[in-house]
Amino acid sequence: MLNNRQETMRQAAAFFTGEIDRLITKPVRLMEVCGTHTVAIFRAGIRQLLPPQVELVSGPGCPVCVTPNDYLDTAVAYSRLPDVIITTFGDMLRVPGSASSLAAEKAAGSDIRIVYSPLESLDIAAAHPEKKIIFLAVGFETTAPLAAATVLEAERRGLANFYVLSAHKLVPPALSALLADREVRVDGFLLPGNVSAMIGEQPYCFLAEKYHLPGVIAGFDPLDILQSVYMLARQIHASTAIVENQYRRIVRHEGNPAARQVLTQVYETVDAAWRGMGVIPASGLGVNDRYRRFNALAALPLQVEKASEQAACRCGEVLRGIIKPADCLLFGKACVPEHPVGSCMVSVEGTCAAWYKYGAGKWQV
Amino acid sequence: MCLAVPAKVIDIIDLLATVEVGGITRQISLMLLPDVTIGDFVLVHAGFAIQKVDQEEARRTTELLKELAGYAE
Ligand code: SF4
Ligand code: SF4
Repeated sequence: MLNNRQETMRQAAAFFTGEIDRLITKPVRLMEVCGTHTVAIFRAGIRQLLPPQVELVSGPGCPVCVTPNDYLDTAVAYSRLPDVIITTFGDMLRVPGSASSLAAEKAAGSDIRIVYSPLESLDIAAAHPEKKIIFLAVGFETTAPLAAATVLEAERRGLANFYVLSAHKLVPPALSALLADREVRVDGFLLPGNVSAMIGEQPYCFLAEKYHLPGVIAGFDPLDILQSVYMLARQIHASTAIVENQYRRIVRHEGNPAARQVLTQVYETVDAAWRGMGVIPASGLGVNDRYRRFNALAALPLQVEKASEQAACRCGEVLRGIIKPADCLLFGKACVPEHPVGSCMVSVEGTCAAWYKYGAGKWQV
Repeated sequence: MCLAVPAKVIDIIDLLATVEVGGITRQISLMLLPDVTIGDFVLVHAGFAIQKVDQEEARRTTELLKELAGYAE
């Protein structure tokens, strides 16, 4: 027998799906921008719960997926230097660069260490004064303030051998670039809860003001997501377009001021290359001049060959929601999670990986 | 990569907090969330507290769900 809580949740889910069905009368495409949402949607079977006129598409929501080859090639080149220790989140290891990956370099003897927190890099730096420690600083606004705080902490501890190689990216400029792309068709956004915990609600207002598109900042429980789709459905039905916040238990209107402050203290916005999406103006963060000595690229310059991308991989279109992973000829054949060809198959939050794990496996007949 | 989990703050020394998640304790940094007190719930991402969990809002959500369950009958 279901306990009380489960029964309440089941009934609430029934309410949301019933209302979504009632409110949405013509086909709509809603995009979730966040890889954690993508995984939660698959894991809870939310696509199957929604009425057929509502299509959920995944956007450029996983920082690992959108990191281009030339960044990985640079990281690989650094890892080959004898006096360098690379620290990184585990997800980055298997992402293929032009000719190698960090996993391959590690197997070949490079000192590459997986950290849970960027702060662990500082203990490694303190323990190895003769080495240069380079943290691979990837991630959106959720993660970038952590790396910035780590730089400030390195300064406080007087560590002279700690550097970051920044590939941090910003979500709102990516949404702008998506919407400027004529191939992309979206009727509303499920906005990333954790990014929003840092930046707050305001940075998304252009969605409503410039594009007349509704957006809902969404939490990560199945009911959070269903409720958020319902909130979008209500707006679409009423032809309104505002930014709503479903995840109020975490996301404050103003975000996290301390996090925003360390970001502006350590970083400056730069143009950044996104895998499959090209260079998007002011969509990345680079270490600013004041903290230049922590910037790997500035402090430890090196030559890297021009990157080449895998021709057949269609990550770029997957990341823009233009094709589904199964439309890529490599999907599930040459490209599987055990040996990914493109980055979308690498991270567990990647769209192709999620489709492979939950989609193709279950729906293939 | 950006996974964040809620945890309960059980001790604070300067900008270091001891938090408990599912019976396991670990140390996290409060550099990005200095105004935390013991007993607060915080969202933890890669070794940092990034936001307080608003218990009042969480309670309201639970109540809303109960209410909706009534509608769905
Ligand atoms: S299936 Fe593999 S190669 Fe194709 S788009 Fe996805 S990650 Fe890229
Ligand atoms: S939480 Fe942030 S970094 Fe993680 S998948 Fe979502 S948007 Fe990307």
